[in-house]
Amino acid sequence: MGYFANIKESVATIFEGMSVTFSHFVRRPYTVQYPDRVPIRIQDTLPFRYRGILEVDLEICTGCLACERACPIDCIVIDAKKDPQTKAMMLTRFDIDIAKCMYCGLCSEPCPTGSIHHTSEFEGADYSLESMLRRFVKTPVVAYKPKKGPETDPEIVPILDRGMAYLGDFAGAGEE
Amino acid sequence: MKGLVEQLTGQGGPFAGVPYDLVAALAMLVFGAIVVFVFVLPVAGVTSWLERRVWARIQSRVGPNRVGPQGFLQWLADGIKNMLKEDIIPTAADRWLFSIAPYLVVIGFVATFAVIPFGAQLVVADLNIGILYITAVTGLVVVGVLMAGWASNNKWSLLGGIRSAAQIVSYEIPAALSIFPIVLLTGTLSMQGIIQAQGWAPWHWFLFHSPFTFAAFFIFFVAALAEGNRTPFDLPEAESELVAGFCTEYSGMRYLLFFLAEWGNLYVIGAIVTTLFLGGWQVPHVTDNPVVLAVLQFVTFFLKSYFWVFIAMWVRATLPRVRVDQLMTLCWLYMVPIAIVNLVATAIWMTIVPAGLDRLVQLAMTALGAAIIVLFFGRVRFHLRRAKLRDVDYYYSPII
Repeated sequence: MGYFANIKESVATIFEGMSVTFSHFVRRPYTVQYPDRVPIRIQDTLPFRYRGILEVDLEICTGCLACERACPIDCIVIDAKKDPQTKAMMLTRFDIDIAKCMYCGLCSEPCPTGSIHHTSEFEGADYSLESMLRRFVKTPVVAYKPKKGPETDPEIVPILDRGMAYLGDFAGAGEE
Repeated sequence: MKGLVEQLTGQGGPFAGVPYDLVAALAMLVFGAIVVFVFVLPVAGVTSWLERRVWARIQSRVGPNRVGPQGFLQWLADGIKNMLKEDIIPTAADRWLFSIAPYLVVIGFVATFAVIPFGAQLVVADLNIGILYITAVTGLVVVGVLMAGWASNNKWSLLGGIRSAAQIVSYEIPAALSIFPIVLLTGTLSMQGIIQAQGWAPWHWFLFHSPFTFAAFFIFFVAALAEGNRTPFDLPEAESELVAGFCTEYSGMRYLLFFLAEWGNLYVIGAIVTTLFLGGWQVPHVTDNPVVLAVLQFVTFFLKSYFWVFIAMWVRATLPRVRVDQLMTLCWLYMVPIAIVNLVATAIWMTIVPAGLDRLVQLAMTALGAAIIVLFFGRVRFHLRRAKLRDVDYYYSPII
C-alpha cells in the first residue's frame, strides 16, 4: 500500500472504530449487579428443576430411606423406627450435610412423594461447618403414610401437590 | 502574585525586612502546593474513576459504582488502600534509585502545572518560555521511568523502561514540531500570549486556522498520547508481554505515584492542547465583574481540556496496542515528515496568504470541523440502528 493510502486507511478506520465504540457508550450495560441491585431476586428467575440447596417437607416424608440409600456421598442421615406402642413410623433424625452435598439430585429422584427436593436457593455461605449440617427433625415426628384414595388433610394437600409436581417434572423432562 | 508579595514584604506587612526574593519563592511554593493538593491530585483521582466508568460503559459493563454516589469516591478508596500497603523494595534492586524514581516522574508532570493558564489571572507563573518549559519538564518523566526500569533489576522493568524512553524521546520530536507552527503564528512561547492570540469563537482557534494547523493538532495529540504512555501506545506497560513494565516491582505508595502521574498527565495533555489549538480560557465578554469572568474562564478551560481527557479514554477503549515497529514507523515515517511539512507550510502561509483569504479559510476549516462531527454522529446513528435496538436498550443517562 502506498504512503497516502496508509494514512487515509488509518484515519478512516479509526474514525469508524470510534463511532462503533461511541454507539456502545449510549447502550444499556448488560451487567447484572448481583446481589443487591437486581430487579428481581436471582432465585426467582431460576427454573423449577434448578438444583439448589436441599430441603425436606417432613409432613410428607414417608421415612422410606430411599434418599439415604441413593446418596453417593452419604450426606443424608435418617433414623426412622416403628414406635412399639402406636405402630407408627417415627422419624427421629433427618440430617443433610450441605457442606458435603454435591447437588447431584439423585436423592430427589427416588423419593415417592417429592418430600426431599432441591430449592432454588444457592447462597450457602456460612461461618462454620457445623451450621451447614441441616437438622430437619427437631422433635420426633410421625412419618407420612399414603392413604388409599385422595389426600384429605387440607394442610398436607398443597405440600403433596407441590411434591408430586416436582416428581412429575422428572418424568416429563425427557418427553420434549 | 507580585502585588501580594509586595504587600507582604512592604511596610507593616508580616514579612517586612525579609528579602523580597525569599518571600516570592516561598509564596510560589505555597501556591504550587495549593494547586497540587487542591487541583492536581483530585483531578488525577477523579480521572481514574471516570476512565473506569467510561471504559466500562463502552464495554457494556457498569464499572465502579459502589463507593460514594455513583462510585465517585472510588479513587479515594484506591488511594487510601495503596497508601496503607507495604512498600516492598526488592533485595536485588538499587535502593536509592528505586526509591526516588517515582518522585521524578511525579515532579515531571506536576511541574507542568506551573505554567498552565486556567484563566487570564489564574496562572502560577506566566513564563515567557512557557510551552518550551513544558516540553522540557515532561522530559524529566523519561529519566524517572528509565531509572525505575533500571533500578528494579528485573528484565520486564528494564525492557519497559527502555521502551518508554525510546518512545518518549521519539515522540517528543513530532510533538515539538507541531507546537512550532503555533509559535510561528503567535510569535511568542508564553502560554498566555498564545491564548491571547486566539478568540472565543471556533474560527478564531488555531485548530481551524489553516489545514496545516489542523493536521498539526492531530499529530500533537497522538504524539502527546504516546508520550503519556497511553493506549494504543502503552508498550512500556504492555501487560501481555511485560507484566507491568517499569512499575512491575513497585508496590504501595510508589506504585500509586506512577499512576497519579499517568492520569494527571492526561489532564496536562488536554490543557496543552486547549491552550495551543482551542483558544484556552477565551470567553465572550459577557460581564465586567472580574470574579465572574475568572470563574467563566476557568470553567471554559477546564471543560475544554477535560473533553480531551474523555477523548483519550475513548481512544483507549477503541484501539488495540500497536507493535514496537509500528510505533516507530508511525513516528519517523509518518508523523515527523508531516509535522515538518506543516511547519514549513505554515511559514509560507503566513507570508503569501492575504488577510481577507485568511478569514475565509478559517471559516471554511470550521465548517469542515463541523461537517466531520456531523458525519461522525451519522455513523454512530447508523451503528445504533444496525444493532436493531429496542428503546429500552438505549441508555443515555450515565447513572446506573
